Amino acid sequence: MGGSILGNRVLRKEDPKFLTVGGKYVDDLLDESLLAGALHVTYARSTVAHGNIRSIDTSDAASMPGIVAVFTGADLGLTPQPATFNPMVARSALAMDKVRYVGEPIVAIISETREQGEDAAEMVIVDYDILEALTDIEKALTSSIHIYESCGSNAVFDTTALGMPDNTGDAFFEGCEVVVKQRVLNQRVAPCPLEVRGAAVAWVDGRLYQWLSTQHAQGARDSIAAANGLEASQVRVITPDVGGGFGAKIGSYPEEQLLGRLSKEVGKPLRWRETRSESMMALGHGRAQVQYLTIGGTRDGHVTAYQMHVLQDCGAWFDMGAILAPFMTRPMSSGVYAIPKIECRTTSVITNTTPVVAYRGAGRPEATAAIERAMDLFAAEIGMDAAEVRRKNLIPKFDEPHTTVIGQTYDVGDYEVALDKALTAANYKDLRAEQARRRSAVDVKQLGIGVSVYVEITGGVPPMGETAKVEITDDGRAVVYTGTSPHGQGHATAWSMLTSEQTGIPMDNIELVWGDTDLVPSGGGTMGSRSLQQGGVAVFKVAGQVVDKAKAVAARLLEANEEDIVLDRDRGAFHVAGTPAVAKTWAELAVASKAEGGLKHEEMHSVSGATFPFGAHVSVVEVDTETGKVSLLKQIACDDAGKVLNPLLLDGQIHGGVAQGAAQALLEEVRYDADGNPVTSNLADYAFISAAEMPDIQVVHMETPTFVNPLGVKGIGESGTIGSTPAVQSAVVDALAHLGIRHIDMPCTPMRVWEALHGRK
Amino acid sequence: MKVSMKVNGVSRDGDVEPRTLLVQYVREHLGLTGTNIGCDTSSCGACTVHVNGESVKSCTMLAVQADGCDVVTIEGLAQGGEMHPMQKAFMENHGLQCGYCTPGMVMAAISILKENPSPSEEDVRIGLEGNLCRCTGYHNIVKSVLAAAKS
Repeated sequence: MGGSILGNRVLRKEDPKFLTVGGKYVDDLLDESLLAGALHVTYARSTVAHGNIRSIDTSDAASMPGIVAVFTGADLGLTPQPATFNPMVARSALAMDKVRYVGEPIVAIISETREQGEDAAEMVIVDYDILEALTDIEKALTSSIHIYESCGSNAVFDTTALGMPDNTGDAFFEGCEVVVKQRVLNQRVAPCPLEVRGAAVAWVDGRLYQWLSTQHAQGARDSIAAANGLEASQVRVITPDVGGGFGAKIGSYPEEQLLGRLSKEVGKPLRWRETRSESMMALGHGRAQVQYLTIGGTRDGHVTAYQMHVLQDCGAWFDMGAILAPFMTRPMSSGVYAIPKIECRTTSVITNTTPVVAYRGAGRPEATAAIERAMDLFAAEIGMDAAEVRRKNLIPKFDEPHTTVIGQTYDVGDYEVALDKALTAANYKDLRAEQARRRSAVDVKQLGIGVSVYVEITGGVPPMGETAKVEITDDGRAVVYTGTSPHGQGHATAWSMLTSEQTGIPMDNIELVWGDTDLVPSGGGTMGSRSLQQGGVAVFKVAGQVVDKAKAVAARLLEANEEDIVLDRDRGAFHVAGTPAVAKTWAELAVASKAEGGLKHEEMHSVSGATFPFGAHVSVVEVDTETGKVSLLKQIACDDAGKVLNPLLLDGQIHGGVAQGAAQALLEEVRYDADGNPVTSNLADYAFISAAEMPDIQVVHMETPTFVNPLGVKGIGESGTIGSTPAVQSAVVDALAHLGIRHIDMPCTPMRVWEALHGRK
Repeated sequence: MKVSMKVNGVSRDGDVEPRTLLVQYVREHLGLTGTNIGCDTSSCGACTVHVNGESVKSCTMLAVQADGCDVVTIEGLAQGGEMHPMQKAFMENHGLQCGYCTPGMVMAAISILKENPSPSEEDVRIGLEGNLCRCTGYHNIVKSVLAAAKS
């Protein structure tokens, strides 16, 4: 073996299957014997955004062909269950007295075929007293109509109630030479994994088996068990291949939690798969903040005070979205800048819309978008170049932990180098010259250049660590068990590289086990860019410990001292140093370890804290000043995630992140009409970004290792999104800056841009 | 209704409801689950297959419309254990992540090159507009198709 495999561009070992026969997703489990004879579940959903339910008539639906059973919440004896962080917010898995968003499930239908269930759902008659739909967060905040009456307000979570200081208003900016204010929309978007939600259930010897498209099997097992009144040990969650998650498949949803109960009622295994239209209404959404920003400083470009009040739209349930603003956006409000004074209050508000959950970045993109927008507004006000203003305010390079004034401690940072790398790769000066040329020529197509510098949190959500187990089989292969959960990231390849590096066992002889809670009972799943720095590091350490155990066995067999045994990783064999001819293979050592229970090791690896990847992006757009159409011409992404395990996987994560960020900046927005009806509830109406709207992405590498873990690695799953969104938005505004335009809300659609050009709102 | 068609080179006969879509027939009747369903508006292209040599979103076609046709799905591309050049290009260029759009993307990409053997990057991007991917940002998919065109 010529040196380390780590850091190399290793092709993915999972690809041949996906490319030749396709993945085995939850809807593909046609030959699973435990699901033989399974019936189908369809949920009839609310067509009303806000209303009291007068009556539910299921008799027509029940008499349709192939219908086995129909259940309302009352039929199942469901009761309202309180939300984790605010017990005054409570709902039942099927709406019973009240509906709070279009798409909320009301009735469960069990049918022989999926089509029969869909037909019957159309026949469910729900009679409503319709209430005013509060889809606008600012209206919901002040409305006297309360979506959860017992809360006495639609504001259900506020940093001031957590004991954090309130904002102090304009007095905070006393002494500033320049103060700029802006209301900024960080619009609601749909995560849109290409595979929608799906599940299947069967009762096996009194235990509930649930196949589930999820990012976190162990968490889903616990919530499904709790919802069904079971012990966690009575539930087995099995994760097939998962067609993307992006945060929206972290938790389990009511539709999924009910399946075990429904299966028990009808005595048959069940399958459930939502349609895309259902998914757009009932899979959680992301972002959805309104931010009131004020930034102040000196005329020579120093920011001295920054204040933000965030309204976080929770949607119609207190889900994870409600806590992102206080616990992710607020801590990151300082961004990469040394700002001496910051105030940030957040208020989470219930509305009659789809519940908001984590979505790629989850609270950090919103923090970055806010401070980056504020920096641009400040730069425009004092007439300084956007890159220059940033440079003046960056936190200088630090190798020891740095704590910002808002109280967040970052591990390591070198922001100016990231900015310089991105500007150099973009030929920033040439771009500005071309922009000046087009401006003086009054070209119809103006050039815009956007710059962002960001820092984010990865691996910052409990559990702060991960379990790994490595087991050597009798034929010398390694089986690696991980609590992380792939859905596109390439864990099988990455974890095999880490194991191979330690053991010398070839990648092809390493198998990864994940997502089955009977085989991997504890694990934190894959979210918040935690996998490599926690799960990967755990695998690396445990594989090393298996090598130590193997050395002890080899020492016994070779009648030598343990410390004299060396592992020849090229051939995967142990021998006494200096006498390679007499060696013991992994297979021989595994067989010899049988009496002691085999050659294996399992351990929970804890980490001391989160890591803080950073970077800088430059976007170049062309804006047609006649039509408002924006074309993204270039995206330069310098994302520093510490040591790189596999640049192939790293680049792939950056590319995907950039596209989702650009999509938010330019195209995507979940919208409702005045009555609370979603008007973007399928992929024909929702502006999902395609290949035609994306440019080539130029990735610029930078590696600043962290001291937080022995591999020096940080997360990369979300950085691309965090860096790209504000850069692209900024570029659009920049293209029109000479016309006096300072801000355009996302998404910067042709209509919004045209309206800005014509002075209309 | 009776349908018979050649699927991945093998003659298959079936009995379907008239409303059965080709994608349902391929997946549920023939068990070829490599072809995926990603939407209900024919927007995403995850279900793209070849019918008589042309790429078709198999959710836009009834099974009975494919009666007598020659259908190829992702499972029919590799020959004798050897991946199709497009499959190889996707692997070598990391043109896939979660894999859900991949079968449809590969089938669509093969059609693009059939119509235009040496496309520009822009040709590929426009050609793939009807196939959505949420993971890759399309960067490496486009690279894969251009690499396959060269090989």
